[in-house]
Amino acid sequence: MRHEVRFSGFGGQGIILSAVILGRAAVMYDDKFAVQTQVYGPEARGGASMSALIIDDEQILFPKVTHPDIYVIMSQEGFEKYGADAPAEAVMVLDSSLVHSRPKCRCYEIPATREAKQTLGRDIVANIVMLGALVKTTGIVNEAALEKAILDSVPKGTEALNTKAMKKGIELAEAAIKAAGQRA
Amino acid sequence: MTRTEFWQGNTACAEGALAAGCNFFGGYPITPSTEVAEHMALRLPKKNGVFIQMEDELASMAAIIGASWTGARAMTATSGPGFSLMMENIGFAAMTETPCVIVNVQRGGPSTGQPTMGAQGDMMQCRFGSHGDYSVIALCPASVQEMFELTAKAFNLADRYRVPVFLMADEIVGHMREKITVPDSVERVARRELIRGTLPFAAGDDLVPGFATFGKGYGVHVTGLTHDERGYPCTTNVKIHHNLVKRLVDKVENARRDVADFDIINPDAGDVFIAYGAPVRTVQQVLHDNPGRKIGFLRIRTVWPFPDFALGQFKNARRFLVPEMNFGQIAREIERHVRVPVVSIPKLGGDLHLPGELMAALEARL
Repeated sequence: MRHEVRFSGFGGQGIILSAVILGRAAVMYDDKFAVQTQVYGPEARGGASMSALIIDDEQILFPKVTHPDIYVIMSQEGFEKYGADAPAEAVMVLDSSLVHSRPKCRCYEIPATREAKQTLGRDIVANIVMLGALVKTTGIVNEAALEKAILDSVPKGTEALNTKAMKKGIELAEAAIKAAGQRA
Repeated sequence: MTRTEFWQGNTACAEGALAAGCNFFGGYPITPSTEVAEHMALRLPKKNGVFIQMEDELASMAAIIGASWTGARAMTATSGPGFSLMMENIGFAAMTETPCVIVNVQRGGPSTGQPTMGAQGDMMQCRFGSHGDYSVIALCPASVQEMFELTAKAFNLADRYRVPVFLMADEIVGHMREKITVPDSVERVARRELIRGTLPFAAGDDLVPGFATFGKGYGVHVTGLTHDERGYPCTTNVKIHHNLVKRLVDKVENARRDVADFDIINPDAGDVFIAYGAPVRTVQQVLHDNPGRKIGFLRIRTVWPFPDFALGQFKNARRFLVPEMNFGQIAREIERHVRVPVVSIPKLGGDLHLPGELMAALEARL
């Protein structure tokens, strides 16, 4: 089953690293195939940053994301540029502390940046919170695989903080799933 | 033994070079090739190799030529304007028969063009960019796996034929990350040394002379001027110039079947795609999505020397469809060799051909 994931936010949030970590989890620890691409260029420095990931059980031929079915959105500008056109059957995980718009598709609201700052003390791990929430809501890779890929990718000395961030994301996702259930 | 990694194409290129024993990198960083230099800067010193950031691409090319004459497996990596700057010394490498590997992660041109977007616009420049007649070998990877494998292979071909070998990648394969199976070791073909007592530019049947490595006691003159078999300048003798340049061309062109690397799918088909580099991936997707339809595919890894003999295997071909990220550079080469229509499917701007675009070309009337 081919999944196409699109990540967007602003430069510095770790949008590209998020896609790399998820791809690494799929390839190295979940026996899947993955291709990660990203928008380079000056527009990715200041404004909306975007990266994309394809995960599949089979070898991936065409390597570009054309019809994302999963969105991870971490800024309002990122939503407007890369999330607003999400089709109704897609799933979106968005950082509700930074994005005020809501899509037409199924959406999980994760206050990742607020929680990263207030509960974990570092807003820099907000992208890891989002990854935890993404895996909990979509099951795109297993949680153990994600944790290993995170630990491979973060600077030494920050492992405990990042593991906590991932767990926080899973916890916030559980609440968001419940909230979505009540709305439906 | 092998191991699995999730690497960027440019990382895989650098690792492929290291696996092949590359021990000298001279270069000047330029998008979208910079990660190759970055990775070599990190890894080479730990393997007792040399990484040197030169002042520009003219000097980078000169540095790898000098390093190669000391016996090093030497490479550089560049893109767009940097590739243009290398042209003069690429001719020097061809004339002096210096083995070296030049990686070009192609971006949109001409001029500074599109630094962060992929293209295949340098395919003819790589073949003919320096002045005068000569031949080269060029390989085109379509995946991160091939960034590793074809870079390693490039070193063997450079040493075997004493020519500059080009890895003509593009921004798409250079920057994407994907699953790669990394072998513990790769095949290495050693450069053939000069036999003492023979002339340094005298060749046998394969037209490739033995190599007089600097520092091993040979007294050898190396020049870009037309030279005789001793290596001494000899610039007004018609016969010597003709024979030298003919040998430089023939040693590569005669080896076209030995260096050819391609796959043939559905050789009985009427409609046949031909692709190299990133567009290969779109053609593969089209074939995968249309299993009931017999679509031919010639998938080329060695673009130069062009494997013209492979075209003849498609006996029922009524047309060849050639998606390229340029305005038909290799389509024109194919036209030289076939009698049926060659349909160029150009795409510029940095986006890969979409499967639907190739389907539309397939549906279009002949």
